[in-house]
Amino acid sequence: MDLLNAFVALLNFVIVPATAYGSQLALGALGVTLIYGILRFSNFAHGDTMAFGAMVTILFTWLFQAIGISIQPLPTALVALPFGIAVTAAMMLLTDRWIYRFYREQKAKPIILVMASLGVMFVLNGVVRVIIGPGEQRFNDGERFIIRARDFKEMTGLSEGLAFKTSQGITIVVTILAVAVLFWFLNRTRTGKSMRAYSDNEDLALLSGIDPEKVVRVTWILAAILATTAGVLYGLDKAFKPFTYFQLLLPIFASAIVGGLGNPLGAIAGGYIIAFSEVTLTYAWKKVATYVLPDSMAPDGLVQLLSTDYKYAVSFTILVIVLIFKPYGIFRGKAV
Amino acid sequence: MNRNALLFGGVALLYVLTGFFQSWNTALAIFNMGLISAVMALGVNIQWGYAGLFNVGIMGFVALGGLATVLVSAPPVGEAWAAGGLRILIALVVGAGTVLAGVLTFKRMTPGRARNLAVIGIFVVGFVLYRTLFDPARDAIEAVNPSVSGFLGGANLPILIAWPVGGLIAAGAAWLIGKTALGLRSDYLAIATLGIAEIIIAVMKNEDWMARGVKNVVGLPRPVPYEVDLQESTTFVERAVGLGLDPAAASSLWVKILYAGLFAAVLLALIWLTQMALNSPWGRMMRAIRDNETAAEAMGKDVTRRHLQIFVIGSAICGMAGAMMTTLDGQLTPGTYQPLRFTFLIWVMVIVGGSGNNWGSVLGGFLIWWLWIQVEPIGGAIMNVVTLPLPDGSGLKEHLLDSVQHIRLLTMGVVLLLVLRFSPRGLIPEK
Repeated sequence: MDLLNAFVALLNFVIVPATAYGSQLALGALGVTLIYGILRFSNFAHGDTMAFGAMVTILFTWLFQAIGISIQPLPTALVALPFGIAVTAAMMLLTDRWIYRFYREQKAKPIILVMASLGVMFVLNGVVRVIIGPGEQRFNDGERFIIRARDFKEMTGLSEGLAFKTSQGITIVVTILAVAVLFWFLNRTRTGKSMRAYSDNEDLALLSGIDPEKVVRVTWILAAILATTAGVLYGLDKAFKPFTYFQLLLPIFASAIVGGLGNPLGAIAGGYIIAFSEVTLTYAWKKVATYVLPDSMAPDGLVQLLSTDYKYAVSFTILVIVLIFKPYGIFRGKAV
Repeated sequence: MNRNALLFGGVALLYVLTGFFQSWNTALAIFNMGLISAVMALGVNIQWGYAGLFNVGIMGFVALGGLATVLVSAPPVGEAWAAGGLRILIALVVGAGTVLAGVLTFKRMTPGRARNLAVIGIFVVGFVLYRTLFDPARDAIEAVNPSVSGFLGGANLPILIAWPVGGLIAAGAAWLIGKTALGLRSDYLAIATLGIAEIIIAVMKNEDWMARGVKNVVGLPRPVPYEVDLQESTTFVERAVGLGLDPAAASSLWVKILYAGLFAAVLLALIWLTQMALNSPWGRMMRAIRDNETAAEAMGKDVTRRHLQIFVIGSAICGMAGAMMTTLDGQLTPGTYQPLRFTFLIWVMVIVGGSGNNWGSVLGGFLIWWLWIQVEPIGGAIMNVVTLPLPDGSGLKEHLLDSVQHIRLLTMGVVLLLVLRFSPRGLIPEK
């Protein structure tokens, strides 16, 4: 019984939250990795693109709430999501046209594109703060839980409860769908194949008549879809605050690099590796340990390896270890 | 040269106009931070302009400089030292020893399962030992009079010593980062520095025993006299009245001028040093490496080593600027370190001023800092005009007026993009 309780506590505090967070990171890292694969630079504006997409979705959510559209028990934000994606995609195509295309035609060094993306990050950050403000916004209006901790206790008779939030469930389902569609697109469709060809060998792809501008456009649209989805899911699960999206940049980059920059499969694996390490290292293991260990050995302290304030240090440490031992990531990404 | 003199004159005019239209106090306050910004921009220019290294962790190095001022100049808290000072030092030594032992074991043993187990074992045992030593010591220190101290305090040395010390601490952090990320793909350094900056801030916010964390350390000693003392000194008051100035205003101006003198001395010394370095064989080697790494490597230059060297030097300058800034503020407030303000703004200064040119960075520092301060009132005025047709008290009007403070992010982003696109060599291009 104690072991079962320990397992439920583990599920409740570690596995479920880490899976949801990992899915959000994976979606973010997929966007970064796609842009790296095709456009060959690290897009520092990705965190703020997520914030922008989430912001537009929130605005549409408010609009729909005002005119009374809802899909209870699911959050209205899911209806608003396609609109958010459309606006974000348009915004990204415009930034490509106004900013990145110039450097691409000049064949500028990747680092110049990184700097341009910094400028875009600044502008997006400013736009988001001007429009919606720097404060925290909650926009999750659906049913809050799929399973409540109290119901779970009554159902199973265990002393530990398991809470499964709707936002976590939605995150996991949407991530599976998005990844499945993305891989189908990359592996089965003509456009997807031309994208992979372009990413593997640019010159060869150009010789075989692939239109580079079309590949780039599709990449930005895919990145917009992934970034907006990731941003909205993160906002539903935690809360929307522009600055936290900027801070997500580090775990997202860590995920993409751990998996191998430019490798979509690696980005997904990296997302979960980072999320699980972050959650397990900052979780206070006292509860689980008390159940598992005999009474005489029960711990006095919290058994928390790191305070939660240092969660970014976890992604950073993993990043550094990977950079030292496997600079191209677990699933060998590409080098430039 | 003529054009450059004109540019510097133009920026000087901006400061003078601020003095006439707002107040000389404001103008001098902006000027002092402009001097510090120029030092930071010089540090970044060494990294980017000389060697093409992209450092987005400037905020972290600046914050380390700020930490140095507390460690050097704050009076030591005897009670806290008695409570756990020695124990915490032992714990830190154990922690460092663990890392060292782990690294040495990894390097000395032959690869294989035995080595992996040994390294993991060392880290696990070391971590447990470290925490058992560290936690009670930290709690004991933080329990000492937490509302006013609760930290170990500093060495009670003159605060000017903190400037070089800040540089040294920043250099140490830069060495660690450079060792791991340099020699890899160019964007890796960017990501690694972005990360280390966030972590340095997190440590400074949470390790209360070191510098009180978000509770801030206030009332740091000053290298210049206090306004109150000046107002009480009869000679100063007589001189101020003799010049036809109000003693209170004069004391505040005089303190700012003294600070400006100190900062300007550092800035001029740094410009002289960096210009000497740029025109030496070493500077030519650096530019050769920047322009063509492969060719430089073929000539027998150790590119990674030179990159590490320049990364450490540039970061040290940023650390020194950070120490200067905290000295000027008289307090260390880890909560106020924002990447947009301390990292990206400095980048805008370097790019706008002209990367690769030291004078350009200095100009960019003064110009962009002035703009950063003035965009808010100017933006506010514009927004007031724009929102004039809206009725008072309407939600939209209030929202727009509130958003003025965020407009400067937008402005800086637009300035960076425009300069990068239309004038990538900056206002004063590299020769």
